[in-house]
Amino acid sequence: MPEQVIFGMEVFLNGLMAGVLYALVALGFVLIYKASGIFNYAQGVMALFAAMTLVGIMEGRVPFAHLINAILGTKIHHFGWHVNAVFGLILTMLIMLLLAVLVQKVIFKHLVNQEGIILFMATIGLAYFMEGMGDLMWGGDIKKLDVGLPQGINLWIDETTYNIFDYGFFIDNLDIYATVIAFILVLALIGFSQYTKQGRAMRAVADDHQAALSVGVSLNFIWIMVWTLAGFVALVAGIVWGTKSGVQFSLSLIALKALPVLMLGGFTSIPGAIVGGLIIGVGEKMFEFLVGPLIGGATENWFAYVLALLFLVFRPQGLFGEKIIERV
Amino acid sequence: MLYREAGDFKKSYKEDNHTFPIKFDRYRYYLVVVVAFGVIPFLVNDYWANAIFLPFLIYSIAAIGLNILVGYCGQVSLGTGGFMAVGAYAVYKLMTSFPDVNIIIHIILAGGVTAMVGVLFGLPSLRIKGFYLAVATLAAQFFLVWVFNRVPWFYNYSASGQINAPERLLFGVPITGSNTDAWVSYLICLIFVTVSAIIARNMTRGALGRSWMAIRDMDIAAEIIGVNPLRAKLTAFAASSFFVGISGALYFVVYLGAIEVGEVFGITKSFLVLFMIIIGGLGSIFGSFAGAAFLVLLPVLLKNVLVGFWGWQTDVAAHLEFMIVGGLIVGFLILEPHGLAQLWKLGKEKLRAWPFPY
Repeated sequence: MPEQVIFGMEVFLNGLMAGVLYALVALGFVLIYKASGIFNYAQGVMALFAAMTLVGIMEGRVPFAHLINAILGTKIHHFGWHVNAVFGLILTMLIMLLLAVLVQKVIFKHLVNQEGIILFMATIGLAYFMEGMGDLMWGGDIKKLDVGLPQGINLWIDETTYNIFDYGFFIDNLDIYATVIAFILVLALIGFSQYTKQGRAMRAVADDHQAALSVGVSLNFIWIMVWTLAGFVALVAGIVWGTKSGVQFSLSLIALKALPVLMLGGFTSIPGAIVGGLIIGVGEKMFEFLVGPLIGGATENWFAYVLALLFLVFRPQGLFGEKIIERV
Repeated sequence: MLYREAGDFKKSYKEDNHTFPIKFDRYRYYLVVVVAFGVIPFLVNDYWANAIFLPFLIYSIAAIGLNILVGYCGQVSLGTGGFMAVGAYAVYKLMTSFPDVNIIIHIILAGGVTAMVGVLFGLPSLRIKGFYLAVATLAAQFFLVWVFNRVPWFYNYSASGQINAPERLLFGVPITGSNTDAWVSYLICLIFVTVSAIIARNMTRGALGRSWMAIRDMDIAAEIIGVNPLRAKLTAFAASSFFVGISGALYFVVYLGAIEVGEVFGITKSFLVLFMIIIGGLGSIFGSFAGAAFLVLLPVLLKNVLVGFWGWQTDVAAHLEFMIVGGLIVGFLILEPHGLAQLWKLGKEKLRAWPFPY
């Protein structure tokens, strides 16, 4: 087989893996959008914030240390203990729960019945707020996150492909684990929404707020639950991305890529988020590989958005989205 | 007492159509204009011009532009940074290709170029709506910045990839380049702001503005009563991008003088301008000014108080600023969705009845 084709196959596989990561962030968007009609721009920042909190707790950093130092003139940084990963995860999850409650009580309770675009802009404000808060709480440095996920080249794939093609594929162990995690997460989410009482209530709210309210579903509870779930998805995404490239500001920009993923797959569909993620992941890697060198490289910055834009012109609701019906 | 329309009779249609129908309002605006043109240029120094006046004036133009699109026509755009970059690079190419033509003409032409690019990226708005469109404009943002970064023709094959504004004279006075006096740059920006505000104000209260607002309030209904959505949306994109392009051009030639596109016109710029119009007031020209002033002054103020006065570290102050801006956005959307402009209006209503409100 010619070398270029084999390279192409490797790029394709890596694209699939990257796509899984995009899908992971996109899942959180879909959850919130389906249940409350809020297009949550802050999802990416939530992933960043969750990852930062996890690192901060595990390393025993003092929250708001810089702020406290600035006001009181003290010099505290660390508590001096280290928390293990499982306990850290539980604590982080509790913080995300608290955040969900606050977001619902302080912000979105007051914005019920507003137009979608106002809600969207409110989430942009929320994103800015959380970005500042994350940095203020845990410091703005680039943090290393290690919760025990394996990293580095997968030797088995390397050897096997070497035997077949005479060229070893480079596939990161982390990406494989991410795929498995994403798979489990999706199964768990589907199981939750199909087979539990709360899940059924969530689907009812997604279907029709007022009807759900009239049969006794507490909207407030469901929305807090959905934000918590989204926080959980954000935590998982934050762990995977954070392990891959360090916990830093650019994480929230990578998460922006989840937006074109959603537009491609449709805002309301969980399978859509996954298929969209894979298409974008493979698409941008292959485009960079095939066309990138001809036009100057770094096409990954915009390819996803332009693809989504072109796609939307022909199918405004995305691949799996519900058809948009407008009435006067 | 102070603010009264009693006795302010309109004797002709012309008077009835005044931009500021109330006498007190009109004189107040005249006063502001007189102070801005007649007093400040003599007092302004480099620090005040560069830290406050130039960014305020330039962002005001950008905010007016974005407000036309978002506030009046209801099409949310996250591509402002990209369009400002188009203005900057257009004026750069024009300046270097036709050095003999007056720079003012170049700046206006740059606005025209941006308007064309804006229409191009506005075309999808006919098919997609709401936040689908908002995300689609992100495509403009990332694609345009990438183009200016990667296509050497745009930065004249310079080794650093930066663009630098060469010196250009107007009436024998340098208005771009490093030898420019503070008062000159201030006046240039002020003239552009004033003209932009007058044009925008009159556009939005004419037939064109009404068609934009009809589209914003309910596009299907507007279409049924005879507003052409193609025309309304594309003119909104064109007008908006024109102003944004001019502000981008001024930002480059007058304010910074040398830019690197990824840093200056990144996505944060788009959000900054969007925040200005949310805080200032969607659908209000005055709001664009108020929002621009607010978000230009806030960091300066925070920096002076926190870093200068209390001796905090700059990064802590910067993080706190993020929190404050984000909190303000959410706060305004909840408490006063029409922003500072609405507060101003309420204040005027109160003043009208004061001191006998009943």
